[in-house]
Amino acid sequence: MVDVSFAPILGWTTLAAPLASSLLILLLGLHRRRLAAALAIAGLLGAFGCTLQLFLLAVNGLLALPFESSILWISLPGFTVEGGILLDELSLLMALVVTGVGSAIFIYSTAYMADDAAYSRYFGMLCLFVCSMLIIVLANNWVQLFIGWELVGFSSYMLIGHWYAKPAAADAGKKAFMVNRVADFGFLLGILALWAVSSPIAAQRTFHFQTLQERIPSFASAGLIPTGLLLLIGLLIFCGPIGKSAQFPLHVWLPDAMEGPTPVSALIHAATMVAAGVFLLCRSFWLFEGLPPVMTAIAWVGGLTAFLAACLASVEGDLKRILAYSTLSQLGYMVMALGLGGRVAGMYHLTTHAFFKALLFLAAGSVIHMTHQQDIWKLGGLWRSMRWTSLAFLIGALALCGFPGLSGFFSKDEILVLAHEHSLPLYLIGTVTAGLTAFYITRAWVVAFLGGDQERRAGESPPAMLIPLGLLALLSIAGGYLGIPYFLGQHEGEFHWGVAAVSLAVVAAGIGLGWAVYRLRVVSAKQLVQALALPYSFLRQRYYVDAFYDWYVAAVQQKLFAGFCAWVERRLIIGLGVNGVAALTRGAGELLRRCQTGKVQAYVLVFLVGVLCIVARTVLH
Amino acid sequence: MITLTHYLIASALLFGIGLAGIMTRRNVLMILLCIEMMFNAANLAFVAYARAAGDVGGQIVVFFIITVAAAEVTVGLAIAILLARQLRTLNVDEVDALKW
Repeated sequence: MVDVSFAPILGWTTLAAPLASSLLILLLGLHRRRLAAALAIAGLLGAFGCTLQLFLLAVNGLLALPFESSILWISLPGFTVEGGILLDELSLLMALVVTGVGSAIFIYSTAYMADDAAYSRYFGMLCLFVCSMLIIVLANNWVQLFIGWELVGFSSYMLIGHWYAKPAAADAGKKAFMVNRVADFGFLLGILALWAVSSPIAAQRTFHFQTLQERIPSFASAGLIPTGLLLLIGLLIFCGPIGKSAQFPLHVWLPDAMEGPTPVSALIHAATMVAAGVFLLCRSFWLFEGLPPVMTAIAWVGGLTAFLAACLASVEGDLKRILAYSTLSQLGYMVMALGLGGRVAGMYHLTTHAFFKALLFLAAGSVIHMTHQQDIWKLGGLWRSMRWTSLAFLIGALALCGFPGLSGFFSKDEILVLAHEHSLPLYLIGTVTAGLTAFYITRAWVVAFLGGDQERRAGESPPAMLIPLGLLALLSIAGGYLGIPYFLGQHEGEFHWGVAAVSLAVVAAGIGLGWAVYRLRVVSAKQLVQALALPYSFLRQRYYVDAFYDWYVAAVQQKLFAGFCAWVERRLIIGLGVNGVAALTRGAGELLRRCQTGKVQAYVLVFLVGVLCIVARTVLH
Repeated sequence: MITLTHYLIASALLFGIGLAGIMTRRNVLMILLCIEMMFNAANLAFVAYARAAGDVGGQIVVFFIITVAAAEVTVGLAIAILLARQLRTLNVDEVDALKW
């Protein structure tokens, strides 16, 4: 028997290592670039090692899951909050993805950010980012999860706005933070409401995941919690993932977040931040499972996001933004899978997506690093000058399409099988989206990497960037054979030949269309745009969602609502309240000061009258 | 024979004259003199009552009043001198810097 008493220490170290790195960089490393990078990578590799050890223990059955270790943090009468770690299949897999993919990105960053002036701050924030994500992943209660949730929001703000001297980057950081705050408000209300219904006895209310998981379904079936309230709680909690996982209509921050350094985009899109929303849905799956209307809403939000974002990606010209919309679309798939009851399928796709999307982003970063160009129409011919990067991007692209045998194929297929079983319209949306995905990524690869030969002079990126690319490429290829769904539980959907054949046909059609238009030039892209001018301009305006928000903020929020508040404050509170009291006092003083004549005799007269009054009173009594 | 009533009438007359002086005169020195007159009206009343009641308590109070009046005159005259020096006037109507 192997001694596993050190398991809690491993778990806590996973949390503490990136945090310690972040603090040490802040204290010691702000002006020592090498030290900062070394600390960051050491911290993350340490966390990765601990997670891997725990994972291996769990796989070999030595560590009984779920495993919990917690300390009391706040203890008031009727209100306790713990800080703790909860290790189960879900959190272990997620932590492994976060630290593993994160490590690759950290190593890549050393080369990508080599010329950056704020190198140390970048690594410090990167560590904080990963640490916040681990706080979410390992949390055993809602409060801790929410703290991590907000920290992720903060560190993403810092990283997206890393080049804050550039107005677009500063605005993008602000936008990401504020859009997330809007969603988090609903999320927070949901958490508090869940706490309030967690027990009829005030003293026993709790934020604890596992206690809630045991209690709420039984309370609900016993009729202790009104169904309407529970539905509301479900929707409120779903607000969190809508913001963090950038689901329609709060997806607007994610494309703008491309202003950040490319490794940050990779981290946001693969391991941290957007994965948090999907992870949360998995974590609280027991809650949604009992609420079919909420599940339907989740599935449709996901399906719509998948389709709408794939359309946007098809007309985008910026390499990184294409990938951003692609992430939106894939997140839509995951959320749809969860809404259809596919906890394992969603998490599976999250994992494989983390591999190939990190790969795609890092490959795009490698291109941007060497050419300083991210407009696909100005790139081209990279296949000759950057062979390894092109190959890595190709592998990522094929995995994204769901090319048979690569990781994306397996996970996407599971989602489509699930959709096929449960909902025909969503299955159709999913299949069409698969075709669109194949089309836009073929377009991106063909135009940027084959295309003309504008970028002949660009050389290959340094090894520190190519090695992480290679590792992620291996994972993107092999991700489907690692048995991830078996680790999480059982498959929800059996392999279905019909679904697989249809999706393959659609993917082949998408690739074929992309190849025909952009490589063989059967129809030129310009003709295509002219033929579809109306939908094209609609898509180029991003469905006018951003325009709507701009209008809403400027006209409704600022002018109408803020204008009314300003009126209330200026006229009523300040005008009538504060200045009114002052005016009253001054007016009274204005009247009363007339008594002060300055004439001694007048005072004496008043005095005399007073004396006479007293005398008269004494006499009369 | 002179009774208590006579003394009291004399005292009241003195007090009234003093009061009228204070009310009507504008010169600081005159006002101070009138105040002295009113003090002495009060003193007279005290002494008269003490005599009538055969009690020296009233006379003791008079000594107090004389002492306090001396101090009061000192302060009052000092103010009058300062007024004359600073404002070149002893007319109370012109001393109104503290009014609104």
